[in-house]
Amino acid sequence: MNAPLTVEQLLPQLDHTHLDWLEEEAIFILRETVAAFERPALLFSGGKDSCVVLRLAEKAFKTRGKDGEFKGRLPFPLLHVDTGHNFPEVIEFRDRRVAEMGERLVVGHLEDSIQRGTVRLSHPLESRNGHQTVALLEAIEEHRFDVLMGGARRDEEKARAKERIFSHRDSFGQWQPKEQRPELWTLFNTRIKPGEHMRAFPISNWTELDVWLYIARENIPLPSLYYAHPRQVIRRKGLLVPLTEVTPPQAGEQVETAEVRFRTVGDMTCTCPVESPAANATEIVAETLKVTVSERGATRMDDRTSDASMERRKKEGYF
Amino acid sequence: MSTPQIQDHRALRFLTAGSVDDGKSTLIGRLLFDSRAILADQLDTLEKRAAGAPIDLSLLTDGLEAEREQGITIDVAYRYFATRQRKFIIADAPGHEQYTRNMVTAAAGSDAAVVLVDITKLDTAAQPVPLLAQTRRHALLAHLLRVPSIVFAVNKLDAVADPARAFAATKSALLAFAQQAGIEVAGVIPVSALRGDNVTQPLAADWYDGPSLLQLLEALPALQERKDGDLLIPVQYVAREGEGTGNQPRTLYGRVAHGRVKAGDTVQLFPSGQQAVVAEVRLAGAAVDVVEAGQSAGVVLDRQLDVSRGDWIATPSTIRETQRFSATLAWLDTEPAVVGRKYWVRHGNRWVQARIAAIESRLDIHTLEATEAHQLAVNEIGHVIVETQQALPVEAYESNRVGGSLIIVDPASNRTSGALLVHECLPS
Repeated sequence: MNAPLTVEQLLPQLDHTHLDWLEEEAIFILRETVAAFERPALLFSGGKDSCVVLRLAEKAFKTRGKDGEFKGRLPFPLLHVDTGHNFPEVIEFRDRRVAEMGERLVVGHLEDSIQRGTVRLSHPLESRNGHQTVALLEAIEEHRFDVLMGGARRDEEKARAKERIFSHRDSFGQWQPKEQRPELWTLFNTRIKPGEHMRAFPISNWTELDVWLYIARENIPLPSLYYAHPRQVIRRKGLLVPLTEVTPPQAGEQVETAEVRFRTVGDMTCTCPVESPAANATEIVAETLKVTVSERGATRMDDRTSDASMERRKKEGYF
Repeated sequence: MSTPQIQDHRALRFLTAGSVDDGKSTLIGRLLFDSRAILADQLDTLEKRAAGAPIDLSLLTDGLEAEREQGITIDVAYRYFATRQRKFIIADAPGHEQYTRNMVTAAAGSDAAVVLVDITKLDTAAQPVPLLAQTRRHALLAHLLRVPSIVFAVNKLDAVADPARAFAATKSALLAFAQQAGIEVAGVIPVSALRGDNVTQPLAADWYDGPSLLQLLEALPALQERKDGDLLIPVQYVAREGEGTGNQPRTLYGRVAHGRVKAGDTVQLFPSGQQAVVAEVRLAGAAVDVVEAGQSAGVVLDRQLDVSRGDWIATPSTIRETQRFSATLAWLDTEPAVVGRKYWVRHGNRWVQARIAAIESRLDIHTLEATEAHQLAVNEIGHVIVETQQALPVEAYESNRVGGSLIIVDPASNRTSGALLVHECLPS
């Protein structure tokens, strides 16, 4: 009866050439980054976009035998900024993947920044998403990274639509939208001064649909919470707020169990799942084709504050 | 009804050129809206801003806070949509005074340009119809950067009394101009971005039996470098595999500029001139038989040679080097170009010092006619002579984009100050 869907059934015209093209572009950018900088690092949160970039990095820097297994080691460490409010499934997945792959992981803890006094929370349950920037910049300084590769996409949000593939940050880690360097052909201007750094975005030109198509095609492992699972949630202002120790119900709110999956995974205080029965990447492709609400609109409490909230955070050095 | 045949499923990157009041943002909004790339919450934001008035689709492309405050777009914005046939990337270049800089950026690497023509601004009763200066400028700039397909979208057909006659007159004026300028036109398409006529769905009119704009875009070829003939690879990255063991073969990575590479090929390295035989080629980590133009190859040679980033791998005796060449220079920096000053230039993957030896002329960006000049300021384009501190394997941009394009970077500010398109090598 209900035979599993295939991507080919969903998209009969799709012949994967556009995924090959996106993959080629991303591998090119990753190699460019490693060749042009002294101390690169790859941001790896366990989120789906960073899992895609990690697979692309394996293709760019490792050799692949006939058995499909990658051999060798990435020429840079992975970097994660842990807000202390991450979903436990994601941290468990992150550590397991890093161990399986034999890679080096550097973790910057927001908790350390709070201890140092460089981050001060206005109340204990405040969203820690925006404060990640401080911990990120402190990790960059401590490890003297001169470039960070990350999985940001231009289709995520309007302020990202004008982001460069190589995005310059000044010595305070700040993004200057009006000072962006024109990017011509693939002749990237990777020149920086001491104390400055660069962000490199190899999947800039991918959409949410491309990411899921690639995850399905490449069988990329993801944390379990990306797929349908029962979870205790609270319905609040059109969002499903997951019940966690840092997001308790407010007075008068009901806790219920729903079948949900996460479209994005970030800080527990600001990431919401969507109701969905999609249990694998192909079913998510099918849903994404029908979806009517953007990735951040459906799932981020922090981006709803204002039309320009992402831009403000980016200027301050947010990823 | 002549619907173009679709053969190329690779993503198509196109730029849109036109001014705000040409309806460019509305056209982009329409393409995104009709292909369902605009989602309900994004529409919600627009509805809130409109406060009861009709939704302004142009707001979708004004991404930065400063732009929304000033009501202008500052920078190239990238937009994405897909049909069942194809993925599209729009490089949307704004139309105010920073225009040349933005358009050059958007055009470099684009497969197609859609030039918007506002038919309500034309006297379509005149014989021939006089075109606007900006239409000529947009088409000429796209042509100068060798954007492979140039499409004219004749907009606001809903606002003219006799669309059939007005469109026919405008089309013949556009084709006459293009022929005179040596521009090959991929299509002249009548649209109403406001009503959505002929943007995604074909027009139901007895005077037009061509494709809709989207049907045409679905059928255009993506940019492709030649796969036959001699090989050229700029070395991007030399992998230090097997660190510490000493004898591991090194892999030379680089995107094939033209030709193809396979095991057994004899190649020559530039600038050392040494020759070697290719032992293995890889694509995305896996050993493969052949890697072609447009793909990034991993090349393992049969012997250890001194190779670094910035070198070139080529068919023996096909590389010619020069330290002096003529080029078109598009100046992008607010500080004017200074003759004799040392700049950094990037050619392929190599950075070398260079200077502009002479500025010979400035192009009128409305006509592309050269007039004598000795200075170039921001948004100006001219013909220059460039001298480099080291010899480079420079080729004409016309025949080879990889060998024929360079960027100029200001060594004091690190800003990307100029784009060079090579005409010809000159004797030193």
